[in-house]
Amino acid sequence: MSKSPGSVAEEWDLIIQPRTGWLDLHPGDLWRYRDLTMIFVWRDFVAQYKQTILGPLWHIIQPLLTSLIFTIIFGKMAKLPTDSLPPLLFYMAGVTCWSYFADCVNRTSMTFISNAGIFGKVYFPRLTVPVSIVISSMIKFANQFALFLALLVFYWMQGAGVHPNAASALTPLLLLLMAGLSLGVGIIVSALTTRYRDMQQLVAFGVQLMMYATPVVYPLSIIGGGSFRWLILANPMTPIIETFRYAYLGAGSFDPVYLCYSALFTVVVLFIGIVLFNHVEITFMDTV
Amino acid sequence: MNTVIEVDDVWKKYRLGVLGTGTLRHDFERWWHRIRGKPDPYSQLDQSTKVESRKSKGGGPNGGPGGVLGDDEMWALRGISFEVKQGEILGIIGRNGAGKSTLLKILSRVTLPTNGEVRIKGRIASLLEVGTGFHPELTGRENTFLNGAILGMSRSEIKTKFDEIVAFAGIETYIDTPVKRYSSGMYVRLAFAVAAHLDPEILIVDEVLAVGDAEFQKKCLGKMSEVAHGGRTVLFVSHNLSSICTLCDRAAHLHGGSLIDSGVPAAVVDRYLKAFTSETYGHTVNFAKPATLETWMESASLLINGTLGTVAQTGDSLAIRASFNGSRPVQTLLFGVLVSTVQGDRVLCTNNSFLPWNGPKSAVQQGTITCDLGPVPLMEGAYRISIWYGNDPHHLQHEPNVLGFDLHARNIWGTQHALPQHFSLLWWDAKFHLDPAS
Repeated sequence: MSKSPGSVAEEWDLIIQPRTGWLDLHPGDLWRYRDLTMIFVWRDFVAQYKQTILGPLWHIIQPLLTSLIFTIIFGKMAKLPTDSLPPLLFYMAGVTCWSYFADCVNRTSMTFISNAGIFGKVYFPRLTVPVSIVISSMIKFANQFALFLALLVFYWMQGAGVHPNAASALTPLLLLLMAGLSLGVGIIVSALTTRYRDMQQLVAFGVQLMMYATPVVYPLSIIGGGSFRWLILANPMTPIIETFRYAYLGAGSFDPVYLCYSALFTVVVLFIGIVLFNHVEITFMDTV
Repeated sequence: MNTVIEVDDVWKKYRLGVLGTGTLRHDFERWWHRIRGKPDPYSQLDQSTKVESRKSKGGGPNGGPGGVLGDDEMWALRGISFEVKQGEILGIIGRNGAGKSTLLKILSRVTLPTNGEVRIKGRIASLLEVGTGFHPELTGRENTFLNGAILGMSRSEIKTKFDEIVAFAGIETYIDTPVKRYSSGMYVRLAFAVAAHLDPEILIVDEVLAVGDAEFQKKCLGKMSEVAHGGRTVLFVSHNLSSICTLCDRAAHLHGGSLIDSGVPAAVVDRYLKAFTSETYGHTVNFAKPATLETWMESASLLINGTLGTVAQTGDSLAIRASFNGSRPVQTLLFGVLVSTVQGDRVLCTNNSFLPWNGPKSAVQQGTITCDLGPVPLMEGAYRISIWYGNDPHHLQHEPNVLGFDLHARNIWGTQHALPQHFSLLWWDAKFHLDPAS
């Protein structure tokens, strides 16, 4: 059927064409499907706790137990310093931030693998799935953060040397950075897993290992001039966690320059992630 | 009438060979071999898949206006063009692998065409599967919102239509029960109800009516024609030829990625059933004369309800008729038939040597022998027939998989429930008795 001259002028709502360039991103689609994103968030939350007895209490048990174990192993046994802060609070600050980041990376990296069924049947902007994961993980973060604050108040009333300060106003920015960074890393991995299934194994393991390159169980101050200092400073999560700890506990390092580095890193990773993801999202169904 | 869908020379290429090598290690080894100037360690593997894919394509032309075809690629669609007018119900039929699903996937934006363009006017909703994204732990109410959002409805839209959806599905009592406790019928009803209330200007439906009971199927068909009469357009893909005939204004027949026939549904379906025989299986097959046998088959034919054909429907009678010839008249004739699925599962066999039959009264040299299977209790699917023939049980003419037919589902009893097509290989026309205790 050749195009009749009249049809060129006609108004079409949707034109389906072979794929165009790498930068054909359609960011407006994600906004148009915001209801879907929020329903995914709600689904994740409801479905996850429907059948568990303790429900969202798990959110609190997890970091509490992890922090306790860190206190015993790294604090009591290995005797790592905690910037002279109460060890439980020190670890909990790190664990709360890190587990949000790790959760988001692990779950978003599975986007294509675990949604292949839906993706093969219905069109919607695929980015809604990882974005909803990052948002739904914030619920968990909020619970853990509340627990952290409660402990903070408890220790503060006991007269422990904790000094919450004005830097805590940066919390939303820190959360946003963690969300953006984990989303970026997660969707890069998810795009790669469609070609390399090995990545799946690598990521769960890699995230676990990366925690030790982040000042979660030790303060940045003990690194000094060690040969691994560059590695820990290059890690964009380092300034975020250090800033968080500084804001609420008053110890640790807070350097706007490093934080800007994290922000820049996040923007770059997120951009690469979105481009890669967008590229894979339209070819994915042909390769499974 | 306005044209609302314009499919303009759409081609779709699929890759075959590269899929097996998708690990980081393979890519790394390839790269390592390349920089050392050695041959690709996996090219051997690719070579074999290339040959395979060529064979499966039957050596057809590789290129086309859609682009150049690589060695490990195949065309799923070859330059499809058609238009759909507003308010039209277009039915698409074709065998498995004809490109129906690919076409629907392109229209649903799940995948993109390799070449060509589809232009669409109005909101499009596709129902390639019932209950896409249903979460088993969530209740019917929750899944309605989830599924509606996945299909492209906003939350407020679902809210306003919620009661209507539940009433249409007829599951008011169970709306707050997790869907994992639903029967498959309830599940399908809820899922279709959500999709039917999408209020799209264009609705794309794939096979969903094959599930659910007859009453609900009727309801769905009614809803679909209601949608169409409200000025909306429906694209309907189904193996259920009778619903294509009753529901659609126009039918299109896809074969091998091309559109080969379109027009009035009854006529298209008729031509599909009668004239069209599968590529490799005709209703009749001729055999070369075997050298060592005294009597042999010259040809064999498949009869469906008494006429030559390769497409049957549930409950149809099948017969296999062989014409034989011989070098001398023989007293004994052995004739055996085996029906198996395309996957190779042997479904049923019969043989005149273990069944009572009146053999030839006097020796015969030439004639036909017919094996009348009667109504076969087979489920929907594609089947192959193997034949044995001869007068000496140790030296039979064995013709494996020489005939074939496709069987389409049809509700022959007119009851409330359709046969569960993929539950078992056979159905059985049983008699049921109830003896209430007095």
